[in-house]
Amino acid sequence: MQNFCLRLMLVFCMLQISSTWAQEARPMQNDAVAEAQVQRLSEQLRCLVCQNQTLADSHADLAQDLKQEIREMAAKGMSDQAIIDYLVARYGDFVRYRPPLKSTTLLLWLGPFALLFAGSIGLFITLRRREKSIVDAPLNADEVQKVRELLAINKES
Amino acid sequence: MKRFLLPLVIFLVMVGFLFIGLNLDPREVPSPLVGKPAPQFSLPRLDNPEQVFSGKDMLGKVWLLNVWASWCGACKEEHPLLVSLAKTGFVPVVGMDYKDTRDEALQWLAQGGNPYMTTIMDVDGRIGINYGVYGVPETYVIDKKGIIAYKKTGPITMQSLREVIVPLVKKLQAE
Repeated sequence: MQNFCLRLMLVFCMLQISSTWAQEARPMQNDAVAEAQVQRLSEQLRCLVCQNQTLADSHADLAQDLKQEIREMAAKGMSDQAIIDYLVARYGDFVRYRPPLKSTTLLLWLGPFALLFAGSIGLFITLRRREKSIVDAPLNADEVQKVRELLAINKES
Repeated sequence: MKRFLLPLVIFLVMVGFLFIGLNLDPREVPSPLVGKPAPQFSLPRLDNPEQVFSGKDMLGKVWLLNVWASWCGACKEEHPLLVSLAKTGFVPVVGMDYKDTRDEALQWLAQGGNPYMTTIMDVDGRIGINYGVYGVPETYVIDKKGIIAYKKTGPITMQSLREVIVPLVKKLQAE
């Protein structure tokens, strides 16, 4: 009887495992190309609920829905660009992790280079100034004598 | 004295940027749909799922589309405001019950009052995606031609109602 119970529990556990597995694995497209496209796109798109995660990383409900939407579009054979455009039309550029280059994002794209440029100019000017401020100060005869003496003491010891 | 001037200027510029940053809300994603026609929908009504309600039925009127759900906590916050807005009869509000079950939604309305002219059910959230819904509640102001004039993400407040929504609706109604 005990044996039977154990077996029953074992079977139950296995069922449990297989059912959680069934939940984890997303329904695979027959088409591996489409699935790869979904994966590729969901890594480039932002989940709007948890804003610092990609769709691929996010477990938010909306992210799941959007992935499903992308999956269906991919199955229809839409191109990456067409799918991204579809989402941008609804959620704005914010949905993209790589913002497009346009007038409103110019500062974002060029800002770091502008800062680097300004920094280099600053560095150049400072170095030039410092070079100029270093002037040779020749020693007079007394000082030369003193230096010699000191060096001599050093040698003896 | 002069050598402190440049660091001071840089510091002030940074303070300026940070100050602007404090006043920005990262949750506020500008909707690309403002100024564009509201996405079409034909969805079953919550009170009578046999019947379908379409956005076209509202052409010629200025109306609000309020996206809500019984599972949404912030919707409770704005609900009394919507109820009192509806009582004035100032502007029709269409509710979109987003990814919800009918029983819970009906119960929710029975408890909190029903401010909606009609409520439609977007069970799988498909129409929500077309509207760019990402944080329930959301409220859209749609003009007589069916164009989205304004979108508010998150619960509406007395302030947003008084300062933005009501004046905007008045202006659109006069057009």
